[in-house]
Amino acid sequence: MVEAEVRMPEEAEVGPFVRIHVTVNGTPREAEVETRTLLVHFIREELRLTGTHIGCDTTNCGACTILLDGKAVKSCTILAVQADGRQIRTVEGLAEDGKLHPVQEGFVEEHGLQCGFCTPGMMMTTVALLAKNPNPTEDEIRHAIAGNLCRCTGYVNIVKAVQYAAKKSQGGGSK
Amino acid sequence: MIPPRFEYFAPSTLEEAVEILGRYGGEAKVLAGGQSLLPVMKLRLAEPKALVDINRIPNLSYIREEAGGLRIGSTARTNDLNDSDVVKRRYPILSDAAAVIADPLVRNMGTVGGNVSHGDPANDLPACMLALGAAFVVRGPKGTRTIPASSFYKDTFVTTLEPDEILTEIQIPKPKAGQGNAYEKLEKRAGDFPIVGVAANLILGANKKIESAGIGLTAVGPTALHAKAAADSLVGQAPGDAAFKRAADLAMKLAEPVSDLRGPAEYKRAMVGVFAVRALRTAAKRAGGGA
Amino acid sequence: MTVHGGIGQSIKRKEDARFIRGKGNYVDDVQLPGMLYLDIVRSPYAHALIKYINIEKALKVPGVLAVIRGKDLDAAKLAWMPTLMSDTQMVLPIERVMFQGQEVAGVVAESRYAAADGVAAVEVEYEPMTPVVDPKKALEPGAPVIRWDKEKKTNHIWHWEVGDRKATDAALKASDVTVTQDLYIPRIHVSSIETCGCVAAFDAMGKLTVWMTTQAPHAIRTVFALVAGLPEQKIRIISPDIGGGFGGKVPVYPGYVIAVVAALKTGHPVKWVEDRSENLQSDSFARDYHISAEIGATKDGKLTALKVKTIADHGYTDAAANPSKFPAGLFHIITGSYPFQKAFVEVDGVYTNKPPGGIAYRCSFRVTEAAYTIERLIDMLAQKLRMDPAEFRMKNFIPQQAFPYKSVLGWEYDSGNYGPALRKAMDIVGYEALRKEQLEKRKRGELMGIGISSFTEIVGAGPSKTFDILGLKMFDSCEIRIHPTGKAIARFGTKSQGQGHETTYAQILAEELGIPAEDIAVEEGDTDTAPYGLGTYASRSTPVAGAAAAMAARKIREKAKLIAAHLLEVSPGDLEWKDHKFSVKGLPSKAKTMQEIAFAAYTNHPQGMEAGLEATDYYDPPNLTFPFGSYICVVDIDKDTGEVKVRRFVAVDDCGTIINPMIVEGQIHGGLTMGFAAAMLEEMQYDEHGNLHGGTFMDYLLPTAVETPRWETAKTTTPSPHHPIGAKGVGESATVGAPAAIVNAVVDALSHLGVTHIDIPITPWKVWGLLHEKGAA
Repeated sequence: MVEAEVRMPEEAEVGPFVRIHVTVNGTPREAEVETRTLLVHFIREELRLTGTHIGCDTTNCGACTILLDGKAVKSCTILAVQADGRQIRTVEGLAEDGKLHPVQEGFVEEHGLQCGFCTPGMMMTTVALLAKNPNPTEDEIRHAIAGNLCRCTGYVNIVKAVQYAAKKSQGGGSK
Repeated sequence: MIPPRFEYFAPSTLEEAVEILGRYGGEAKVLAGGQSLLPVMKLRLAEPKALVDINRIPNLSYIREEAGGLRIGSTARTNDLNDSDVVKRRYPILSDAAAVIADPLVRNMGTVGGNVSHGDPANDLPACMLALGAAFVVRGPKGTRTIPASSFYKDTFVTTLEPDEILTEIQIPKPKAGQGNAYEKLEKRAGDFPIVGVAANLILGANKKIESAGIGLTAVGPTALHAKAAADSLVGQAPGDAAFKRAADLAMKLAEPVSDLRGPAEYKRAMVGVFAVRALRTAAKRAGGGA
Repeated sequence: MTVHGGIGQSIKRKEDARFIRGKGNYVDDVQLPGMLYLDIVRSPYAHALIKYINIEKALKVPGVLAVIRGKDLDAAKLAWMPTLMSDTQMVLPIERVMFQGQEVAGVVAESRYAAADGVAAVEVEYEPMTPVVDPKKALEPGAPVIRWDKEKKTNHIWHWEVGDRKATDAALKASDVTVTQDLYIPRIHVSSIETCGCVAAFDAMGKLTVWMTTQAPHAIRTVFALVAGLPEQKIRIISPDIGGGFGGKVPVYPGYVIAVVAALKTGHPVKWVEDRSENLQSDSFARDYHISAEIGATKDGKLTALKVKTIADHGYTDAAANPSKFPAGLFHIITGSYPFQKAFVEVDGVYTNKPPGGIAYRCSFRVTEAAYTIERLIDMLAQKLRMDPAEFRMKNFIPQQAFPYKSVLGWEYDSGNYGPALRKAMDIVGYEALRKEQLEKRKRGELMGIGISSFTEIVGAGPSKTFDILGLKMFDSCEIRIHPTGKAIARFGTKSQGQGHETTYAQILAEELGIPAEDIAVEEGDTDTAPYGLGTYASRSTPVAGAAAAMAARKIREKAKLIAAHLLEVSPGDLEWKDHKFSVKGLPSKAKTMQEIAFAAYTNHPQGMEAGLEATDYYDPPNLTFPFGSYICVVDIDKDTGEVKVRRFVAVDDCGTIINPMIVEGQIHGGLTMGFAAAMLEEMQYDEHGNLHGGTFMDYLLPTAVETPRWETAKTTTPSPHHPIGAKGVGESATVGAPAAIVNAVVDALSHLGVTHIDIPITPWKVWGLLHEKGAA
């Protein structure tokens, strides 16, 4: 049998803690977090919204991208406490009443995803891009998603998905 | 990827922020965008006892042109430079740089002040600050002082900023008639650190000769380098490849590149030369001097 | 009349519904009550003795429950485990470490954060030893032997060869023209965006469930049973949604074993998910082949012979997971698209103080290494003969009439038609016009190049008489059940990591059964329910499990026919399967759909027949399949900086029957991007101390959307004669074929200066250096 001592964990001081109030996909949420808790862990583990993913540990891959007050940011490189009093939007907040966001529709229609792991981050960046630039050129799209790495798709269909969403959004009017 | 523990403060005034920094005697760090600080904390290469979050301090994030020139609040986000019309039109070197700093997501959080004062020789803005002759306004326990960019960068991650001082404003001199500037960066891949970067600022006189110039180099020394001799060599010259190549040679001589994953030193030095000429050509074109 | 979602239709993917809503279920999404976290202490040294591992401080860290070390595992004989190549690998070391990043101890804690704090508090004292980093030096007499645990004191693992050495040597000697070249294919890392991890949990009755990032759940279950001595019916491996595999999620990593041990010791579920730096530094690498090759031809450009010698750097143990008879995988596909009469290939595996692996990165049954080498050599030979590289290839391709073609190294290529694929690529790219443009540009001193890669892939492992992994034969399986209301569920022994199996398998079944694809649920990955299979890698799913699907469906049709005959009151011989239903020959209106038959299978089946409508097939492929293609890459080179810009890249692929064109195209885009990355950006560099330079995503650079070219794809279709639906598989073709096209283009741009080869990755400074050497810049 494997020998290794298993102890009851030390009930020592932990923290420091801080109380935060964050609006998440339109709903106010409140929690106590460690000052060092990363926003991505707060989202995934405290809020149990696991659509936002972790793909690296050096702020490079963008799988953790969410919207903070409407701006696309890497939630792995933001402390949860920095989101206090602010609004965050994650992939779970894209569809409205079950109706897919044009960006979500675009990714399905244009086969802009394969394993799906980079996809939530990629879509959040896209939502922010189209809010600011409703009709981006291909070059602008490729530069806008330069902080989101994908290993499966080779980006060609992601560009098409964004273009689809742009077209759909202009026709339909959706945020 | 988990940072160590720290005390966290989010003061609403500069005075409070400075006081906390002083209290921790160098063991507290300013948290602005966090895009340089948090990554090193996640790798546990830095373990500050406290973070002083300055994002709640009002009136620290702005980009506006005043009589003296451009004033950038230190917590303005890097992407704010991209969005600023006045920057695009009148300080295009900053648009050039802002477009190639890291990636758009990092730029939404990372601040101009952070990129300017972190002291990483691979940051893009310092070379631009040197080329523009910028100055930095800094608040400390004794009050405010203004530091010219040319005396700000001391060593890798070492600037003249004291541990209890906070950068509050970046000041860029108002562009003169006949002024043009540009930043050119060579990178292995979009969003990567530069192999080399060159910032060039030219002011042409009424006689269309170069009246003054500023050149800064990224990633080829322990800090961003102020290529003063190279810039001085341009004064009085007609803008054109002859003058630019001479300046480029001087810039190459100044550079102290290191061989690493982004290329051998010999290559980087040669690229300083290539990009100096390119940046000067663009600067001259923007100055109305064509080359 | 077509069935909705049948073969050839670009239906949207069923799996997308959950992914775009952020409702995927990846390993790190699994949360169980009372779950603990495992984090791992890793060695900073490439080669060192362990003096001590002090865990006292770590055990005092708030939230830490236990620290597991090698000596703890040793009592249960778990400190070492077998690799998939029958070598041995440490789970946790007792006396020494063998690569930088090696697992040294496991910290179990209540939270991810506490586990990280615990890792920081473990104190390890090392006595560094000289590492062996260069595999060539490792073979020199007197080199330090790193596997102290082996009886034979040598760094040489195995020697493997195929072909006729003497005849090949003689043929090369007699050739009018030969080219000799050393090529180094560096170690690279597959870096799927999701890293590796697992959640291990024992239930109250001692059954172990492990959610694991694995491409081969059944094989893992059997290995666990054999290694850990757990009864196999009490092990359940669940491979949930996987964020990319590409071969990197095939091996058994120590983290999985330590997590299982931790779950057993603590009585709680234990989650282990590695960080990206851990992933880069310790698992999933590919390539690292040092190749010396010689190729010969007659003076009028007919290939004569090929000789290849390779030193394979395997890291400190052979954990390559190749089929057991082929320690160098399918490397002897290196004769490629050409009918060499004489060939000889030898590979020597070598131990070094680096992480083990070798099979990851979208085809390293060593096919990428092989295709790159032959297509590089072909171009070099064309250059020496002063022949156009397209013309040279056309002159030498295995002709279509020769298929099935038995290569001199033993493979029987099922089908191929190489000329038209190359011609198509040339037409799309405008080859002749590009050559004209190149001539004009050369006069002005501008650099542009055109590179071709006409590769033959070899996938679908494999026939039971030749293929096994750890003794397990490489069949694969499909089990179908059709419900009374005419819907179906099908389970497979493979495991998608993004290839779209939930859609494509449903399409095969839709075609074969006449049930719309949206009515067919496809499941994979749970070893409690899925039929046994060897998993998904080496592009084997369509060739093997796809075939099983067709065969199982046909078994169902056999029974369905009998039920239809019963319903229609005719004899089965009067019926034909037409338009996706059974109808009386010559009387199409008298027909029964599969839905009607299914209902009857439960309510009105013939007397004496078992109820139900289901079938299982374990498919033993009679042969591998040989997808192929021709890629043409056009590059422009900046003389001042050495930067290479891919102006155009045309990929013509032939994977036989295409199930879903949209999905196939997506696979090719992704594969091309990985091939581009390997050619231009990626390299794992170790210094003489065995330190990995660039072991994070800050320095190990994957391509972004900015530099990734706009891929242009097209196809030819040459079905596989032995596959039930003629499909060959395509997942890895593009990664296999692309690097040579890019390198060939760059060399072509510089060939007039006398450049004949550049090793990958092609960095701007390598090009710049050559330009300066040749006085061209």
